[in-house]
Amino acid sequence: MHDQAGRTQGSELGKRAHMTRQERVTQVFVELADTLVVGFDVIDFLHTLVERSVELLAADAAGLMLADQQGRLEVVAASSEEARVLELFELQSSQGPCMDCFTTGEPLVNIDVAQMADRWPLFAGAAIQAGYRSAHALPLRLRGQVIGAMNLFCIAETPLSPDDVALGQGMADIATIGLLQQRRALEHDILTEQLQAALNTRIVIEQAKGVLSERAAISLGEAFALLRAQARRTQQTLTATAYAVLDGTIGVNDLQAR
Amino acid sequence: MTHPGRAHDILAKLIVQSATKSLSLPAALCAACVADLPMSGAAIVLQSIAGLDRVVAATEGIATVVEELQFELGEGPGVDALKQDGPVLRSDLRSANARWPMFAPAARAAGVEAAFALPLHVGGIHLGVLDLYRDTPGGLIDGILSEALAYAEAATAVLLHLQALSHPSGGLHPQLTGFAADRAEIHQATGMISAQAEVTLVEALLLLRARSYSTNRTMLEVSRDVLGRRIRFHPDSDSENA
Repeated sequence: MHDQAGRTQGSELGKRAHMTRQERVTQVFVELADTLVVGFDVIDFLHTLVERSVELLAADAAGLMLADQQGRLEVVAASSEEARVLELFELQSSQGPCMDCFTTGEPLVNIDVAQMADRWPLFAGAAIQAGYRSAHALPLRLRGQVIGAMNLFCIAETPLSPDDVALGQGMADIATIGLLQQRRALEHDILTEQLQAALNTRIVIEQAKGVLSERAAISLGEAFALLRAQARRTQQTLTATAYAVLDGTIGVNDLQAR
Repeated sequence: MTHPGRAHDILAKLIVQSATKSLSLPAALCAACVADLPMSGAAIVLQSIAGLDRVVAATEGIATVVEELQFELGEGPGVDALKQDGPVLRSDLRSANARWPMFAPAARAAGVEAAFALPLHVGGIHLGVLDLYRDTPGGLIDGILSEALAYAEAATAVLLHLQALSHPSGGLHPQLTGFAADRAEIHQATGMISAQAEVTLVEALLLLRARSYSTNRTMLEVSRDVLGRRIRFHPDSDSENA
């Protein structure tokens, strides 16, 4: 691993131009991965992330925002001073692609000047003044929550391909491995519980369908309908209702007496 | 026991392989185990209330076959590793018939001569196991054990990372749903059997497993007969009315 990274770093820069895109993508992931390994520093890592995103996705600038403990976004990395200022402007005016991406958790790609002006008039003015004609935003996710977003700005209106978007999202997702390592034990316990719950949910529901189907002499489909109706009526989750069926708290008669 | 930082190195390599070869992180980890360790197959299996029932990733060939055996028979290195809360290392399956009367001969027939299981744990909680298989007898010597433990540590990190990318109340991350058919019909049949035979779900699964073994059919086949009401289980007996 280290040998490989060492070799690539040692190679003369001129070679980069002859590298295929796939080779360069590989090299960037090696670099990002190495940054994670050697004395991990979040800010350093996120700077590498935005710089390489600019390069690989053929953007001209990028900035990255993370939410603090209170859920307020702050700019933590940018590929240039210009980009940092634009990100700060976005924060201050509370509008722009990063803000929307952070709120919805959905990527926003290929936003052109007209769309920018339509959605975020203040931000659009600042972006156009800085020379950018299209923008993209990708969410950073941890524990199912959006914890930040990465903005990409382009001088030309060249659209990102679905492959580019997937690559960018893949890079953003790597960030969470690093952030996870910083959060340690409590985070791990919570994730473990969530993973176990997710594993068991499907099984418990299938088992409860089987139990009901046998007890009420109905089909599995009908059993599932009963289960859902009961969950809605009592405002419980489907999983909690299924557990109640399995431990006998809810009997067939309770379900049919509607 | 593990070389500090080794799991991080492995993780870094997996990120690269997964990104550039379009493999899921768990699949990349299993592939790396076979490439870097003297192993012929590797699998990551998660534990649920129905036992070791979710194969998240397995290398093609013997690992895939043997994981199916381990679930069908309800015995094997992974099952024991979780039961005894520690690694299970069997360098020669020829001497394992007493321990695994059903699994050992079946695994050997599938080409496995040595089997190892390392628990994937977070604190005191076990998520599942990393199972390693080889087609010749031989132990984990000369630092191979510590390397294998580093892979188990990396596997745990991968599992938590993927869960971190998912919504807490949502389903499993697509990379964790596993490639094996999901066992919905087996779980449905387990529920039916528990109602028929008036036993717990754990006992119902055992009845299903015993029936499938004694009739030389897969648990899925027996489950379908239960769901189609061609087989019934009765209280205090596992006999059927066909």
